[in-house]
Amino acid sequence: MSTIERAGAIRTAPYDLVKELLIALAGTLALILVLAAVLSSPDVPSVTIQSWAQKQPVDLVTTATGELAGSTVSAGYGAPYNNGSGSVQKLGFFTPQSWAGTRLSVDPAQDFVLKPLQAASATNPDLAAALSQYNGASDSQRSGWLDAYSKALKDAKEENGQVVVAKGDYGPLLVMMASLLQIARAGALDGYLLSRGGFYQTDYTRPLLFMGDGSYLSSLAEDQHLLGNQWGMMNETGSYPGQTWLWLYTLWYQIAPYNGNANADLMVVLTMLVLSLALVMVPFIPGVRDIPRWIPIQRLIWRRYYVEERSGQTERPAGGVTGSSVPSGS
Amino acid sequence: MSEKIAPDVEAGSWTGAIRQRLATGLPIERLLPDRQPIYVGSWVYVFGVITIAALIWVIGSGVVLALFGPQWWHTTSAGRFFNSLHFWSVQVFFVFMVLHLWGQFFMASWRNGRAPTWMIGAVTFLISILAAFTGYLAQQNLDAQWIGVNAKDAVNSSGLGGFFNVLNFGQMYGLHVMLVPIAVTVLVVIHIVQVRVRGVVAPMDAPREES
Repeated sequence: MSTIERAGAIRTAPYDLVKELLIALAGTLALILVLAAVLSSPDVPSVTIQSWAQKQPVDLVTTATGELAGSTVSAGYGAPYNNGSGSVQKLGFFTPQSWAGTRLSVDPAQDFVLKPLQAASATNPDLAAALSQYNGASDSQRSGWLDAYSKALKDAKEENGQVVVAKGDYGPLLVMMASLLQIARAGALDGYLLSRGGFYQTDYTRPLLFMGDGSYLSSLAEDQHLLGNQWGMMNETGSYPGQTWLWLYTLWYQIAPYNGNANADLMVVLTMLVLSLALVMVPFIPGVRDIPRWIPIQRLIWRRYYVEERSGQTERPAGGVTGSSVPSGS
Repeated sequence: MSEKIAPDVEAGSWTGAIRQRLATGLPIERLLPDRQPIYVGSWVYVFGVITIAALIWVIGSGVVLALFGPQWWHTTSAGRFFNSLHFWSVQVFFVFMVLHLWGQFFMASWRNGRAPTWMIGAVTFLISILAAFTGYLAQQNLDAQWIGVNAKDAVNSSGLGGFFNVLNFGQMYGLHVMLVPIAVTVLVVIHIVQVRVRGVVAPMDAPREES
């Protein structure tokens, strides 16, 4: 029986779509099984505030001091966390970040430092006294302590898990930071920053913002080539492929005028929004929709069809899993 | 006695009208044809079906991971293996989806009334990126932490940070295991139906062979 038929103007050949899908399922499963068995998958353990305090206590104390001084990224971030402006991006009048407002209220000084210390002070009279002194001090007095302590931390050393700085007038900060470091090393700060009052917790906004303000997390990310200037957006820990499909998104951060620009994120988001819309609208964009005619890769894709058309050979099946050639897809 | 507008459709019946519309617009012979146009004969056509096959394994391995919970794959070798299946099926899915996309681009597959098919396919690609992104954020490891800490600035800059909080594991996990996969699956089904309704696009330089 001939495999070629004409249905109106269309010449057709037998084609088994179901068999094709089942073969594709079997083939991809075999490939995935081999890849999973041989290469496994990446899983570098998460960082905790506890491990941060144990590995780099000076960095943790420096970060906490910065939260009190209002000098960290989170402290001056702006929407959606607080009323700062340090990380609010805009292009002229276009500033959707500000328009959206503060929706995830975070006060780094209170949430990351003072409230956890207040909770710990219930069983620590020295800490309670230090907090009382800190809260009762004038703004200029607190600024003086924080400024002096921040400078001293630049030459701080770790001794037996404690942060040691040169002698100076730091007011209650030595007691406060020693206590914060102590509860962080014990793991209590992880739980406290995660807690929002209920029993079940899934929102890691506060602990991640706190860790993001330090340099420990970024140093680990740098070791795993995950930084922005390392094309980190599309990378994965170890030597595994990551989100390679984000290559175009990542590309913009590497080139001018995006790289180093304070509003780079907004610029990249808008650029990708336009390009994504263009991808969807390709059929209607003059020039873009004509590229397939200018670069005739379609002559290769349908090479056999064109050859047969030229030679007048039409009595061979189109292929597929029932024929001698390749199958059709959707 | 009710009036009939077609041999087997009762007048005023919405159910009957939908059945008639489906029967005429997408007859079973077109939905599951056992013949294809003669020009359907290139490996490029395989990219689409491999993408669908990989998606099935993505969902299958993801269902197992969801059944045992987000901690399971970190602590057991069986969990790690299913995570590996999930990881690599996602990689295969994206590789072949991109190949499919480029193939269809150079075939100008939007011709002859197929623009909606292209558009749904492109939207599926974009939503798939969101699906993968929420998955990376839901890993509960260093990679997820770092991606979240960095991605928040881009999401916040768009004004969406207060609604789509990449640092909220619960929100990202819920989106990843339920809402976004449903969206991808529905879009893929619509895409396949569109292909079956319109048929496979003919070669550009071919005489008009389509009915």
